[in-house]
Amino acid sequence: MRVNFTVNGRQQEADDVWEGESLLYVLRERMGLPGSKNACEQGECGSCTVRLDGVPVCACLVAAGQVEGREVVTVEGLADYAKHREDAHPGGGCASGACGTTLDSAKRWQARPTDGQTGEAVELAPIQQAFIDAGAVQCGFCTPGLLVAADELLENTPSPSDQDIREALSGNLCRCTGYEKILDAVRLAAARQGEAAQS
Amino acid sequence: MTTRPEATTRPAATVPKAQNAPSGTPTEITQGSPTKGGIGESTLRPDGTLKVTGEFAYSSDMWHEDMLWGQTLRSTVAHAEIVSIDTSEALATSGVYAVMTYDDLPAEMKNYGLEIQDTPVFANGKVRHHGEPVAIVAADHPETARRAAAKIKIEYRELPIVTDEASATAPGAVLVHEGRDDHHIGHVPHPNIVHRQPIIRGDADEAAKRADVIVTGEYVFGMQDQAFLGPESGLAVPSEDGGVELYVATQWLHSDLGQIAPVLGLPEDKVRMTLSGVGGAFGGREDISMQIHACLLALRTGKPVKIVYNRFESFFGHVHRHPAKLHYEHGATKDGKLTHMKCRIVLDGGAYASASPAVVGNASSLSVGPYKIEDVDIEAIALYTNNPPCGAMRGFGAVQACFAYEAQMDKLAAKLDMDPVEFRQLNAMEQGTLLPTGQPCDSPAPVAELLRRVKARPLPPEQEWLTAGADGTSVDVRALPGGLSNTTHGEGVVRGVGYAVGLKNVGFSEGFDDYSTARVRMEVINGEPVATVHTAMAEVGQGGVTVHAQIARTELGVNQVTIHPADTRVGSAGSTSASRQTYVTGGAVKNSCEAVREKVLELGRTKFGTYHPAWATAELLLEGGKVVTDGGEVLADLADVLEDEAIDIELEWRHRPTEAFDLRTGQGNGHVQYSFAAHRAVVEVDTELGLVKVIELACAQDVGKALNPLSVLGQIQGGTLQGMGVAVMEEIIVDPQTAKVRNPSFTDYLLPTILDTPTIPVDVLELADEHAPYGLRGIGEAPTLSSTPAVLAAIRNATGLELNRTPVRPEHLTAT
Repeated sequence: MRVNFTVNGRQQEADDVWEGESLLYVLRERMGLPGSKNACEQGECGSCTVRLDGVPVCACLVAAGQVEGREVVTVEGLADYAKHREDAHPGGGCASGACGTTLDSAKRWQARPTDGQTGEAVELAPIQQAFIDAGAVQCGFCTPGLLVAADELLENTPSPSDQDIREALSGNLCRCTGYEKILDAVRLAAARQGEAAQS
Repeated sequence: MTTRPEATTRPAATVPKAQNAPSGTPTEITQGSPTKGGIGESTLRPDGTLKVTGEFAYSSDMWHEDMLWGQTLRSTVAHAEIVSIDTSEALATSGVYAVMTYDDLPAEMKNYGLEIQDTPVFANGKVRHHGEPVAIVAADHPETARRAAAKIKIEYRELPIVTDEASATAPGAVLVHEGRDDHHIGHVPHPNIVHRQPIIRGDADEAAKRADVIVTGEYVFGMQDQAFLGPESGLAVPSEDGGVELYVATQWLHSDLGQIAPVLGLPEDKVRMTLSGVGGAFGGREDISMQIHACLLALRTGKPVKIVYNRFESFFGHVHRHPAKLHYEHGATKDGKLTHMKCRIVLDGGAYASASPAVVGNASSLSVGPYKIEDVDIEAIALYTNNPPCGAMRGFGAVQACFAYEAQMDKLAAKLDMDPVEFRQLNAMEQGTLLPTGQPCDSPAPVAELLRRVKARPLPPEQEWLTAGADGTSVDVRALPGGLSNTTHGEGVVRGVGYAVGLKNVGFSEGFDDYSTARVRMEVINGEPVATVHTAMAEVGQGGVTVHAQIARTELGVNQVTIHPADTRVGSAGSTSASRQTYVTGGAVKNSCEAVREKVLELGRTKFGTYHPAWATAELLLEGGKVVTDGGEVLADLADVLEDEAIDIELEWRHRPTEAFDLRTGQGNGHVQYSFAAHRAVVEVDTELGLVKVIELACAQDVGKALNPLSVLGQIQGGTLQGMGVAVMEEIIVDPQTAKVRNPSFTDYLLPTILDTPTIPVDVLELADEHAPYGLRGIGEAPTLSSTPAVLAAIRNATGLELNRTPVRPEHLTAT
């Protein structure tokens, strides 16, 4: 079958899709977008989390045919997605100043905020930068799914409590970090978002 | 045939180097001039941006024009003769290019193995465990390959199984491997025992007479899975010279190479391996998984072949942590001094040897833990059974022992009516203590201090689930046992606190030539000095590449460092295992940098030596792109010294040698270095439902020198959580009647989520080991040891139950 859908803002068409193929397979093997990961392929680990019409889903559990006419955002499109959201709703964060974490206290998780990564200027979503700065990335296999889920959390809950973060990310397994640095990264992104809204 | 169009934004780091090269090929990663930070600083990962944008190519992301997909067919029974295999229907399936079995193996060598080559590439007339590879299919779509594999007809004649020590060594027990001729068979009491290591020191029976109290215990440790998230995967591409290019996620390229090439019938230089992105390892990638199968299919079909296991297959595709039964006896005087220890540790190695012999060596030599006990009688064995093969996992033999000896320490303290931390401190080993192997510990051993630090930390507040509601009693169920299942609002919930400390060796032991190799190049590019570091070290997430760049900056005074992809075009780096890579490959990078620096200074002396006497007389350093004296005077720019010359040096580096343990007494200087961590666990237990919530898991660890403090925390917290996992949820369940795995999925094998995870405060101590580069100590494994027994101790403290098995399940707490 043929499937027409939007991926990261671009209209896409996948041909010869077998009915049993998942959205994850189509993204990874047909669209050349392997950022969404294949750790369990049964909806337990969250490493393939994408936004489907805005809702975080496990791409491995979505049949390719179900995305006909719908919009998908993957980790590859996350920076653009966050930028458009920022343009539409500047700040967006914790304008009241009642954030769960202050920027000052979040800065202790910020190892080296001005550090160049590859020597090239790469535009990143705030949550992506926060994951790098807080040391939330080790092997990185869980990272794409966690980023998509955490970005959605901060979109809807700009100043989450620690328990809010834990609840929102409880569908995403990480085997390397013990999750502490992931919590730090989300707190850091929330605090930066809050400061941006205030300034 | 699948087709994959070009990605709309092709990642910079995965641009193919040559025409027809696969996409996802790793290329150099450069940390540019804005990055500063040598050793001791929390510089960020060079691959961080690629990993957060989804552009970092893991082995499962590799893709090649015209590639085929490989699918393994695995045994459905644990022990059986193969009466017949019929592949005809599979071969006739449209889209299938090849089906291979044992009979298709091209070379005389048909087995592989880390130490003992006992593992057939495909089952040879017999399967020895559930999930053993029998055949492999290559097809143009993964689903076609799966369906074709399902059409292969195998007739089994089932054999009796052995599953534990009693059945494996019973009179007339079926032998898992008949006709063994490996180097351990001469000293084991039964052919179903892979290896046995006794350690006898002093006279435990005589010392026991001095004891005022004696405690014994039988402990059981469940089978844990590494559960790395990136599945076993890779791509094999046949090359024109009859060889093969293999891109794969592994822990040790050269160890794989030495096992792959003989089975393919190729010289090692025709099997060119490159490390692809690795999604975690934790020991589970030490053994061969899909490497040989993919190469065989690529050479057979003349096409690139990709193999990616799904999670179900991954549970059969790698070895697990050895489940163990441990018997311990300790004695102590009434003033709290340990008199003696006797133990017997039985590890289930499953159907193939894998790393079992080395795990036995660790379990026995570290069985006493970080305590001073002069009179010991120790025996550790690993069995051959028809259970799933077991081998390396973080902690490697020391984990099982720590679980048992720490339970013993608590029992002794209770019997003596002493504080469990004070009792441990009274018996804690120190620098200079002799281990049961007779080896002195010749670097700091701050065991008592680590315990003091975790104990001194304020306890988390009671009843934190009570939130500031209007009536002061509203409850956040997410902080309670059972969590979002809303099973309690605090009724029946009791708190417990427990402590544990552990001892882990660093590096490969028992006389192994545990070397590494580093190639370092220095040149001037666009007026700036640049260092390139090329090793075969497997970056599996630990941050070795970050540290290599830091070492190059510190030693060579550059900012810009390029990390070359790891491959077999440079000498072996040894394994990313045993907490050893920062020590050994870090040491190799430092050593090669020093050699490069000497060459730079020689060049500088030749060019500029006559201009300043300090060239001949002063201690010279490379800093900030310049040659400077130790007094800080600038002598020359590196750019002027080097001009268009490149200095390129590849050297091997070795730490102090070790020796084998005596096979009868276990004596010998077998270990390179020790690593210590202590934990305090605070748990809350719903005693009605048997649910456990770990509230806090505080760790104190001596790291010698934190080369990258941020990464050090990540290692300690990650290791701590893996230890917690096997305390309260993680276990591969093997049916004792059939030896079949019951829970090979993330639905049924439970891993800690972020909601299950406590806060993990870490206290890092840095007491230099003068024998190690920069004084560092391997850190990755020690926190996995003490985490588990600390959680168990806390649950015992909360419930008053004995709990001699891990993981603890609800029925163990409710006696149902």
